[in-house]
Amino acid sequence: MSLTSMLIVATEGFTPPGPGDFELPGFFGTSVTKPMLQLVLAAIVVVGFFYLASRRGAMVPGKLQYVGESAYGMVRNSIGRDIIGSHDFMKFVPYLFAIFFFLLLNNLFGSIPGIQFPTFSRASMAYALAALSWIIYNAVGIKKHGALGYLKLQSVPSGVKGPILLLLVPLEFFSNILVRPVTLALRLFANMFAGHILLILFATGGEYMLIHGAALIKPVGVLAWVLAIAISFLELLVQFLQAYVFTLLNAMYIQGALADEH
Amino acid sequence: MKPLVVLAAAAEGEPNPLAFHLTEFLLALVVFGILYFLMKTKVVPNFEKTFSERTAAIEGGLQAAESKQAEVDAKMAALEKQLGDARHEAARIREEAREQGAAIVAELRAQGQAEQARIIEAGKAQISAERQQAATSLKAEVGSLATSLAGKIVGESLDDDARSSRVVDRFLADLEAHQQGAN
Repeated sequence: MSLTSMLIVATEGFTPPGPGDFELPGFFGTSVTKPMLQLVLAAIVVVGFFYLASRRGAMVPGKLQYVGESAYGMVRNSIGRDIIGSHDFMKFVPYLFAIFFFLLLNNLFGSIPGIQFPTFSRASMAYALAALSWIIYNAVGIKKHGALGYLKLQSVPSGVKGPILLLLVPLEFFSNILVRPVTLALRLFANMFAGHILLILFATGGEYMLIHGAALIKPVGVLAWVLAIAISFLELLVQFLQAYVFTLLNAMYIQGALADEH
Repeated sequence: MKPLVVLAAAAEGEPNPLAFHLTEFLLALVVFGILYFLMKTKVVPNFEKTFSERTAAIEGGLQAAESKQAEVDAKMAALEKQLGDARHEAARIREEAREQGAAIVAELRAQGQAEQARIIEAGKAQISAERQQAATSLKAEVGSLATSLAGKIVGESLDDDARSSRVVDRFLADLEAHQQGAN
């Protein structure tokens, strides 16, 4: 952010991008905004694609089915089965599968031309998914161990004895029960928010320097655009990684709640 | 620590990006809920069905191949057994044929010897019968021949040697001619 302030000082009259850029107006005077439509669109596309890919169920898959099966198999096996374990994982596969591709597409909306807005840069939407995952992993744990058993599992580290527990129990409770949903939501939101704001900054800043800058500044504007392109590719990676990490952490929390020992 | 910076910006009149909007929160839950429901009921079962069918097909194929192999092995064993039996049978038949051949040869030889003996016997009997017959007919003719020869000799002059030998020659020629005519 210090970069932003430097630029503000260097170029008078330039309006740096800010949180205001994420407050989009509703369509046609309604309160329906672009990210809301994106949520719905992502859900439709994800279900539509995987429904079409899975519908035929041929023994020897065609291209579409192969892509669908590979994508499903990745979440099912390398996130679901490998982390939760082959005994319980099938129950959670639909959830992990849905959340991964829902997040992935919504994040990629930040880079898809014509949309170019990452849905989960709206914090409330990230809160929703984080709250859901908090409810799910706690419910799973309480169902398996009972409320007290689950609290003990999450708060009392095994193999630790004596007065150190006085320190560890509140810490563990805090980190496992209270902090997790917050970090889940903020990690997703902040990455999408920051990536998008960075792109706006380089794009509009480059434009400003090209148009209003002195002759010597103009090449810097071009450089800013080149960097914007580079950052776009970085963003693609971040968008994928955030979807992956969110899903992976969900699986790990569920596994932790199901585990017999901490 | 972007959120903090953003919070600071929000204090200056910018909207707070961390602010909670109930509409967006609920919409995200509802949309994701529907997505989850559709994935769980329409998509995942399809994929799982395909996966398990594929596993079953592969395992079924392996089993089918194994049973086919077993079948082929059994057939091979049966064929080898049949072949062994056939060889055994052939050897037995050959042995039998050899024995039969030897028996036939021995029998034929015995028959041949018997025939030979019989032919020799028959030849001997015929010869002796013919000799008997010749002797009998000779005995019958000798008297008349001697008588006829004596008459002729007596009819001619007996002192001339040349004449007497002529008479004997003529007699023998007559006899020969007679015999040829008889034959």
